[in-house]
This record gives sequence, C-alpha cells and structure tokens, in this order.
Amino acid sequence: MTLPGQQEQKLSMDTFLEGLWRQNPTFVMVLGMCPTLAVTVSAVNALTMGLATTIVLVFSCWLISLLRKLVPKEVRIATYIVIIATFVTAVDYLIQAVSLALYDALGAFIQLIVVNCIILGRAEAHASKHPPLVALTNALGMGAGFTIGLFALGAVREILGSGSLFGLSLFGADFQPWVVMILPPGGFFVLGAWLLLFAWWKRRKGGRALIAEGQHHGA
Amino acid sequence: MGHETISQIVVSALLANNFVLAMFLGLCPFLGVSGKLDTAFPMGVATTFVMLVASLCAYGLNLLLSAFHLEFLRLIAYIVVIASAVQLVEMVLKKYSPALFRALGIYLPLITTNCAVLGVALFQTAREYDFLQSMAFSFGGGAGFTLALVLMASVRERLQLSDIPGVAQGTALSLMLAGILSLAFMGFAGMGG
Repeated sequence: MTLPGQQEQKLSMDTFLEGLWRQNPTFVMVLGMCPTLAVTVSAVNALTMGLATTIVLVFSCWLISLLRKLVPKEVRIATYIVIIATFVTAVDYLIQAVSLALYDALGAFIQLIVVNCIILGRAEAHASKHPPLVALTNALGMGAGFTIGLFALGAVREILGSGSLFGLSLFGADFQPWVVMILPPGGFFVLGAWLLLFAWWKRRKGGRALIAEGQHHGA
Repeated sequence: MGHETISQIVVSALLANNFVLAMFLGLCPFLGVSGKLDTAFPMGVATTFVMLVASLCAYGLNLLLSAFHLEFLRLIAYIVVIASAVQLVEMVLKKYSPALFRALGIYLPLITTNCAVLGVALFQTAREYDFLQSMAFSFGGGAGFTLALVLMASVRERLQLSDIPGVAQGTALSLMLAGILSLAFMGFAGMGG
C-alpha cells in the first residue's frame, strides 16, 4: 500500500487487512490509548467500545471521503472534527437506547470518542485522499483491528482481575481475583505486556529472516 | 448538584483521581512528550491553560444550551470551543516563545484532541459542578496532568543512561513505567473524597 499514485486508489484485500495486522491501531500505531485503557475492565465493555468506535470511524471516513474535494484545505481539521462529533453524538444516543447499563459503565468515554486520535488520524491520512469505497473498507479494517486490540486487553484484564469472561465465572469460587488488573495500573501493565510480546515476536521473526537470508547468501 | 468543597475537588483531581494515571485521560501527550523535562513542563502548563479556558467556556455554553434545550449539540459546541482555545495558545506561544513553540511541535495543535481537555468539560457537566467547582476541577486536573508528565519525564531522562533489554525499549517500557507510577498514585485513594 506504500506504492504511490494509482496503486493506492485500487480497492484490494489489503485495504481491509492493513488495519487488522500490519498497521493495527492498538498494538502497532499505539493510538487511541485513553479509551483503550479506561474501558477495558471487562470483555463486554471492550467490545462495545470497539464497535462504537468502528461505527463512528466508518461513517466519518466515508463522509469525509465524499466531501474531500469540497472542503477547503485550511478548514479541513475543523470540518473533520465537526463531522466526527456529529456521528459520536448519534452513537451516544444509540448506546443509551440499546443498553442503559452499558451506557453507565462506559460513561463519558463514549463522548470522548471524538478525540480518539485514530479517527482524526485516519481521516487526515487516508479518507481525505481516497475515494469513498476504499476509505470505507480501510476504516472497517481499522475499526476491526481496534476492536480486536480492545478485546485482547479487556479479556485478559477480566480473566485475571475478576476471574470471569463475559461475566461467566471461569475458575470457581476458590479463585482469588488479581484485583489490581481491573484497577488503572493493570491497564498499563497488560498493554505493556502485549506490546512486549509483539516486540519479542517481531524480533524473533526478524532474526529468523536474517538467518535465512544469510544461509541463502551462503549457498 | 455536586457537594464537594473546592479543596476536595482540587486534591481529588490532582492526586486521587489523577487525570492521567487514574482516569486515563490525555495519554497521547503523556507518552509522546514525556521524553524530556524541558518540554514536559511547558506542555503541562499549556494544557492546563487550555483546560481552564475550555472549562470556562464549557460552563457558559452549557448554561446557554440548557436554556434553549439544545443539549444534543453539547459535544459539537465543546469541541469547537476547545479548538479555538488551542489556536489562541498557539498564537500566544508563537509570538512570545518561538523556541518553545518549535519544541512542542505537532503536540501543540494536538492539545485539541487531548481527551483530558474535553474530559474536563464533559465531566464537569456530568457532575453538575457550579462555576467555582468547575474552575477548581479544571485547575486540579491540569496540575495533575503536569505533575504526571513531569514525574514521567524525570524517570525517562534517568532511564536513557541505563541498560534496557532491546525488546522492552520504546512504548512498552513507557507503559510499564506508567503502570508503576499509577500504582504509586493509588496510595492517594480516598483523599479528597
């Protein structure tokens, strides 16, 4: 996708997959940390937040992409923010209508989706330069990647901190929950551990590729 | 109506419910600008100033919007006000301290998307603080943000000279550090109510 020019305009599987893995918002770009850490005390909260962000991301990127030739360059950021805020307000009311319990659990963090750097970042870096369909697909991939990242955090924190997953108890009554995991420090630690894991994995893979290349050259 | 006294609100926002370490607001600049003490402190002060202005405007706007039953416009109105306040700070800094302006770079306009700023406006509305309480809340929050940023920058400056495993370098290390700081701040729990 790094190829310049027309190559970027084409819709391909990679447009979608980019956000899932190579440019994963949570683990690779480390964007949108505030909602990531604040709401991931349980898997359900994490999934709701992920879905809400995905909805906002997809619709705003689509609209911004549609308007990309109409919006003057000087006021584009302001325009993007107003567009994003509009969709966030809609999602805010949507969640309130669907489940009041979830709405209370997520609190102000639903409205704070407005300032999630992923959305403004994608609007500026991708949607404003690509046709609507490509922008929409890419946003969908990014949203999915973000949701997976949130879920990975929420699941680990709920399993360790409450001994359950989706509210179902996993270890029986004897389990002593590791309460710090659902408190603020736990969020930092779990995300740090995930990043360590990915860095280690990348390094191993990189090392192996280097060795393979060396052997190739040797032969 | 919130019933906390002014000092309770300040201490709570500063320590017990520190914006960065307990409420996870404003993490992007926290991880991004905390590399050096020289930039961390001014960044904290600039953010605090924006917070105060935003809180002031948000309070007035909320009264206005409530009077006309336009609450659904609240979010959009707040974000526009914050963007303007950031623009103001940017112009002031550019005029009076160009060096600092360059040092803060991209993170200065990014104060707009700092959740701590919008967070102040949203939380003070949700908790129905009156005017003085709102001001105290935004001041405590800003000071807490500055405190966290300065602490983090001091630790990271020291770590530059130490031997860290290659895998742990970068964001993973910063997050672990933040976790430990956050653990320390949990000791303040219960203070300020």
